[in-house]
Amino acid sequence: MTTNILEMRSITKTFPGVKALQEVTLEVGRGEIHAICGENGAGKSTLMKVLSGVYPHGSYEGDIVFENDVVSFKDIRDSEAVGIVIIHQELALSPYLSIAENIFLNNEVRGALGLIDWNKTNDEAAKLLARVGLRENPTTRIMDIGVGKQQLVEIAKALSKRVKLLILDEPTAALNDEDSDHLLDLILHLKQQGITSIIISHKLNEIKKIADSVTVIRDGKTIETIGKSDVTEERIIKDMVGRDLEHRYPDHTPHIGEEILRVENWTAHHPQDPTRVMVDNVNLNVHRGEIVGIAGLMGAGRTEFAMSLFGRSYGSRITGKVFKSGQEIQTRTVSEAIKNGLAYATEDRKQYGLNLIEDIKRNISMAALDRLSNLGLVNDNEEFKVANEYRKSMNIKAPTVLAKTGKLSGGNQQKVVLSKWIYSNPDVLILDEPTRGIDVGAKYEIYTIINKLAAEGKGVIVISSELPELLGICDRIYAISEGRITGELPIAEATPEAVLTLMTMESPR
Amino acid sequence: MTDTNTKPAEAVGPAPARLASSLSHIITDLGKNGIFLALIAVVVLFSFLTNGILLRPQNISNLIVQNGYILILAIGMVMVIVAGHIDLSVGSVAAFVGAVSGVLIRDAGMPWWAAILLSLVIGALVGAWQGFWIAYVGIPAFIVTLAGMLIFRGLALVVLGNTNIGSFPAEYRALGNGFLTNVFGEFAVDPLTMGVAAITIIAFVIQSLRTRRARESYGQEVEPLGWFVGKLVIVTIGVGAFAYALATFKGIPVTLIVLAVLVMIYGVVTNRSVFGRHIYAIGGNRHAAELSGVKTRQVDFYIFVNMGVLAALAGLVFTARLNLAGPKAGDGFELEAISAAFIGGAAVQGGVGTIGGAIIGGLIIGVLNNGMSILGIGIEWQQAVKGLVLLFAVAFDVFNKRRSGGR
Repeated sequence: MTTNILEMRSITKTFPGVKALQEVTLEVGRGEIHAICGENGAGKSTLMKVLSGVYPHGSYEGDIVFENDVVSFKDIRDSEAVGIVIIHQELALSPYLSIAENIFLNNEVRGALGLIDWNKTNDEAAKLLARVGLRENPTTRIMDIGVGKQQLVEIAKALSKRVKLLILDEPTAALNDEDSDHLLDLILHLKQQGITSIIISHKLNEIKKIADSVTVIRDGKTIETIGKSDVTEERIIKDMVGRDLEHRYPDHTPHIGEEILRVENWTAHHPQDPTRVMVDNVNLNVHRGEIVGIAGLMGAGRTEFAMSLFGRSYGSRITGKVFKSGQEIQTRTVSEAIKNGLAYATEDRKQYGLNLIEDIKRNISMAALDRLSNLGLVNDNEEFKVANEYRKSMNIKAPTVLAKTGKLSGGNQQKVVLSKWIYSNPDVLILDEPTRGIDVGAKYEIYTIINKLAAEGKGVIVISSELPELLGICDRIYAISEGRITGELPIAEATPEAVLTLMTMESPR
Repeated sequence: MTDTNTKPAEAVGPAPARLASSLSHIITDLGKNGIFLALIAVVVLFSFLTNGILLRPQNISNLIVQNGYILILAIGMVMVIVAGHIDLSVGSVAAFVGAVSGVLIRDAGMPWWAAILLSLVIGALVGAWQGFWIAYVGIPAFIVTLAGMLIFRGLALVVLGNTNIGSFPAEYRALGNGFLTNVFGEFAVDPLTMGVAAITIIAFVIQSLRTRRARESYGQEVEPLGWFVGKLVIVTIGVGAFAYALATFKGIPVTLIVLAVLVMIYGVVTNRSVFGRHIYAIGGNRHAAELSGVKTRQVDFYIFVNMGVLAALAGLVFTARLNLAGPKAGDGFELEAISAAFIGGAAVQGGVGTIGGAIIGGLIIGVLNNGMSILGIGIEWQQAVKGLVLLFAVAFDVFNKRRSGGR
């Protein structure tokens, strides 16, 4: 007899050359919310893939005991049949289908003659949506709702499969604070209905808020499982990185010089709907050696501002002036922006930052091929040398610079992106969510790099939705809301409350 | 000493370790050149089946001349495919430009060289027309070139007035079936051909050595010396045997010279040039390329202009070879060129593919065509076999990637 709904006993999983999991044990109590923490590459996702049958029985060693039975799943359908449902970080919804169609995909509500009963489908979907607190018409297409709501549709889909154990892989990674809170509340609510959850997350404050126990995995091994009363951020971090992390942010003594970038009256409109103002009369400046934060909720216009500034990569009807060291410059195309000393590292490195099928070397050189070429021909030996220098100085963990970037972990991919932009030799770097989806240890390294850039006299703009991060590394913070700059605070005055107030300020109507 | 960072243990390690390292080098090399091995396998197979007819000097010469225009198209096509597009119009464009060149020479009385130049310019304009719609209007290349396939086939018929045009001057015909031979008089083995082969081999050896030295001086890993020399020997024997075959027949086909020049130019363009890098970057991740300052539209545009010029050249070579510009010319060329690129390892999603691969892919199709014809296999079965080869080649590639992909 046991109160555990799930026990994974001595799970070992090997890939050619790598032991991804080594004798991992995981015990999840019935009706609890169990968090799994670990750095990227620690083995969390692999463990969940073993559990959900993505890696079939026989491809790993050890036993999975679910509801007191040893189970052996051949594929994901087997695990779903007993009530284990996994929701992946990258949502698996079909954008052109309706909410209801997505919920019942491959599980269609059949009527007479085996044809789909649309009335019943939409009816059932509406009931499920009510359970997850999503007020949308079941016939709305997925592409027309935001990521936060899509996440809820995934959960509704899981409920339709009579889920007993719900696994969420970094469910809030792409959500803003409001949507995150709503989602976490929902998970607590589901717990009251008797649904057990496993949540994989990087966000320690979230874990503290909802988890009943936390299992930390490091280097493919279970470190420990901590009960709710003993959970502290420090203890989790210590377990994750294997050492004390006294300071989560490196020391930074600003040496602020003259103004390097000034943007005046910057306005941009929606690319498809030129009447919609997305960036509204933004004014800001950055000095040499200064780290300036832009704080804003998702959709506040942070990325829209940065991308419209960087070669008009976003938006339509863009107006405003840009000055570098007092001289007006143009940034009409990306190459013009680069030539004028701007760099923009995107928030979405897989979609917009890297060529994942190409190696580290060619990704690093991409934005500055003219530095490596003569008469239009690239010197690939020189390129190799440069890439190797960055591999060492940025501590990119890869055997050679010929490794494909698609095979690197998030933190190392981000280092490649940063290397690319540093090599383009900019005066101002705009870093959009530079630490999204990367683990604590790598985050520290990224902060150190940002500090170094500032120390070299560059201006750095950091866009982030993680307020503690901005407060930890910036010298000055602008808050943005609904496309407008709602305030500017030197770091000494920037309390979380003060910044949050500005971030959520609505425009007077 | 030269090995700064890659597994220093191996450089000074015991003999078995060094042997293992050499072996792994050879195996990865063979893996990368799997398509080349496939070509050799096909050649060997058909040499047996045809009792050696396949490898007779005359047939080897024919193989080049008969497939020249497909190979020219394959060079342009692989660049189009790497950038994530496709071009269905090249057969029709080849027919159209071939027809125009015929009219220019025969009816307008233009000198052959002027007609060739003007034809290439027309090819560029055709490419610019399609590139405009694809790059700047944003219509998928599949649609634009499907339309182009119809448009230029139609225009070819208009130009020809629905009949054949033939009998061109010898200089023009040389493009398709001329030979450089007997420049130094009559010999059993043409000295010019052998001389060119010798120079080619020497240039290749020098270039390989220089590349190796440069890599060493930058502290990069180089292949084991034995394997390096072995590869040079294989190339020398291969080129020598090929040249000998040509030298005992009619000498160097003009088409081969055109092809060799194109392969050299486009090899450098795709491997070494900034433009080439941009093509791969666009194919690998268009958004990332754009945000790295690559002028994606401009690159797309020029890829199609280039394809237009090469399609025109292929049309000229084909017309010159047949000594006839006809309404059915170039029928199905696009499919053979696309097959060549894919058999040669280009990826359907873009971002992957090489000129060398496309050439070898084209040669595989050529050997299949030629070998099956010698065996007297009908056109219907030839089609079916080529289809299967394309399917299996890409399936093999997909399977390989899945296996090495790990997860």
